[in-house]
Amino acid sequence: MTGTLLSIRGLTKAYPGVVANDNVSFDIQEGEVHALLGENGAGKSTLVKMIYGLVKPDSGEMTWRGGAFAPPEPKAARASGVAMVFQHFSLFDALNVAENVALGMENPPSMRDLARRIRRVSEAYGLPLDPNRTVGDLSAGERQRVEIIRCLLQDPKLLIMDEPTSVLTPQEVEILFQTLNKLKSEGTSILYISHKLEEIRTLCDHATILRLGKNVGECVPADTSARDMAELMVGDTLQTPTRTTEKTGDVMLDVSGLSLEPSNPFGTTLKNIHFTVHAGEILGLGGVAGNGQDELLAALSGESTTWPDAVKVKGEDVGHLGPNARRARGILAAPEERLGHAAAPDMSLVENALLTGAMRKGLTQNGFVNWSGSTAFADDIIKAFDVRTPGSDRAARSLSGGNLQKFVIGREVLQDPEVLVVNQPTWGVDAAAAAAIRQALLDLAAKGAAIVVISQDLDELMEISDRFGALNEGRMSDIRPAAGLTIDEIGLMMGGAHGMEVAHIDEGAGA
Amino acid sequence: MIKLEKRPQPSRALALATPLIAVFITMIAGGLLFWALGKNPFEAIRTIFWDPLFHEQFASYSRPQLLVKAGPLILIAIGLSLGFRAGIWNIGAEGQYIMGAICGAGVGLAFYPSESFLIFPMMVVAGALGGWAWAMIPALLKVKFGTNEILVSLMLVYVAEQLLASMSLGLLRNPEGHGFPGSRNLKDYAAAHNGELIAGTGMHWGIVAAFIAVIFAYVLLNRHILGFNIRLTGEAPRAARFAGVNPTRLILFCLGTAGALAGLAGLFEVSGPAGQISIDFNVGYGFTAIIVAFLGRLHPVGILLAGLLMALTYIGGELAQLMLSLPSAAIQVFQGMLLFFLLALDLLTNYRIRIAVKGAA
Repeated sequence: MTGTLLSIRGLTKAYPGVVANDNVSFDIQEGEVHALLGENGAGKSTLVKMIYGLVKPDSGEMTWRGGAFAPPEPKAARASGVAMVFQHFSLFDALNVAENVALGMENPPSMRDLARRIRRVSEAYGLPLDPNRTVGDLSAGERQRVEIIRCLLQDPKLLIMDEPTSVLTPQEVEILFQTLNKLKSEGTSILYISHKLEEIRTLCDHATILRLGKNVGECVPADTSARDMAELMVGDTLQTPTRTTEKTGDVMLDVSGLSLEPSNPFGTTLKNIHFTVHAGEILGLGGVAGNGQDELLAALSGESTTWPDAVKVKGEDVGHLGPNARRARGILAAPEERLGHAAAPDMSLVENALLTGAMRKGLTQNGFVNWSGSTAFADDIIKAFDVRTPGSDRAARSLSGGNLQKFVIGREVLQDPEVLVVNQPTWGVDAAAAAAIRQALLDLAAKGAAIVVISQDLDELMEISDRFGALNEGRMSDIRPAAGLTIDEIGLMMGGAHGMEVAHIDEGAGA
Repeated sequence: MIKLEKRPQPSRALALATPLIAVFITMIAGGLLFWALGKNPFEAIRTIFWDPLFHEQFASYSRPQLLVKAGPLILIAIGLSLGFRAGIWNIGAEGQYIMGAICGAGVGLAFYPSESFLIFPMMVVAGALGGWAWAMIPALLKVKFGTNEILVSLMLVYVAEQLLASMSLGLLRNPEGHGFPGSRNLKDYAAAHNGELIAGTGMHWGIVAAFIAVIFAYVLLNRHILGFNIRLTGEAPRAARFAGVNPTRLILFCLGTAGALAGLAGLFEVSGPAGQISIDFNVGYGFTAIIVAFLGRLHPVGILLAGLLMALTYIGGELAQLMLSLPSAAIQVFQGMLLFFLLALDLLTNYRIRIAVKGAA
């Protein structure tokens, strides 16, 4: 089957203050894996939401196999054969796989029938999955399988995948790609959204590159170097963070035998974690989301307390102390979730500066808040970290993700921590802001701080870490020097394929 | 299909103006209601909002009532608002109010007929402690066993009411009262009497306490780290944990303060306007204060104004029943309208309505 499946002509969508898509045009062929490449904020999500019927374009048109295509809502898009796997799963932990799939259907068949269909489709596409398992017990890779199977049951002509590999280990990515290749060989088109260039080069036939809402180029990924694609995407030559020091000093953070029960039933139990971080060193901790990252951050920040000697800062027991007592001893943290955890959404940046800065910046006197001091501190952060906002009186919610992240990281860095723990420091942040944040972390290490970076972005970890470890089901892998680690070794440290069966795509193709 | 969409930066001017607009719309809708009942709407509205303050005949009686009624409402609402800001829902202020009255009056009556000047201050302390202790029951149960403070504090209201009945029939009954239920009247006991401070204004120590509470709450919320932590906990509980707020201490503080203030309100009421412990001593100030707290949008100054407004509609409502023979149900509907319009306008300040056309599937 050849021919154009979906043709997009001049799609434009503006939101107040920002043009998300500006006259974007491209075609998706039948049976093609088409990459949509761009930084965060380039307009990829808005574009696919228009295809999926979640957002209406202001102007421009789409044609589907030659006929006009303007889905008013997702139901209509699904009826035409568009299916989408979202970046953030919409699954209920407490329900089993079949129940979750049924929830997304217009007219769910009986559970027995549905379970049988799930089994059949999952085996046909090499995605083994037991319909009766509770979703809360599944790994991230397996949850993604639930979402994919939910889509495949609709027998889609176009499958949209939004950043599907961000939650997978390299081995799991391999399995996913085999499935996608099989789908493609059966004539299903795939619109693959990512900013990871190497995987686009392996998987995709064609790529459309978006920057600031505009289509800035198209290429055949296999024939284009990753660097060229990156420069098209960023519109500039990429600046690689530079490090100035290699030597490391005394042990600043010493975690030994840290075990912790999670506070919610689907959290991860931390199991006997040991590691040390030296002054001037960055320890990178990888791992697929949900393997204990949040819990480890909470145990280090003081939100969860343990017995005293499980966590030591400069030799002093702090495991039993709360967040402010730990801040007083020099260990600061920046959690992953910006809105609601690292910052209070409806409070101003001044109030958010006070949120963690009260202790080390001396912003209270006898309990009374020094608001002018807090304002000055917030303004310092905004200036030093180039936070784009009309003023420090703005609510945290009104900032873009990247700007708020710069504020959150800047708030901790400017307090001169001796130990800094950050979780996903550049999640959802555009490349320029991400580079600035990484540079700030490197500079802080150069000044003699010990830094723990927890991240799911392996490229980031390889770029800035001195040593690398991975969390897998609440356990810590061996910690090894980052230089010279191969992607296979890293994948195994992250838990390999997490016991997921390897796709066996040659059999049972008759689905 | 109608959808609500959160406004990114709600207008501040509109947020400040909504209470006034709500009062205005209530006047219109209420006027229509009174008109439908066959009354002159303008006269009814005037009787409710204007006459209590300025009528040449009734104002001299009803004007002091304004402070007398607003005082306990404000005092209780201030305490409640601290907890509400932090997401701690004390619904049982009525019970804490009763316990404050019983404990305070009990201490006073225990020393009868001593004329020591220490008696009234001791009653004040006992009143605050009584309300505080009653609020500590839901607080400690929540902290220790994770019980729901809404249910526990509410149920304790009914326990307190039974205790009140038992006290006015038993332990605190006036020995010279010819067997009638109810305690000695504190108005006849100078050392324990909370009389008018300035004759003809209704001003008594309870009103003073309410004003002090407003100032205290304002400073706490705007200048003190504890107030910041209260607001932070209400807006983003996880961020509060991260900031180092101890939830246990915050629960104890918020419920304790609310209880102590409600207890004080009860004490000032029993030793002043009410005069005695009796079976029907409580008239629902503790519940109405919840409305006052939200009407004043949990802001101390707002609560001050809302308390006065609420008191005005009560007094004006009574006056309208008396003078225009409006049914009391109509007055309650009128008061309900006020809350309804305020909440509706509140929603529209923070959200905008989107009417999505349902496309053909």
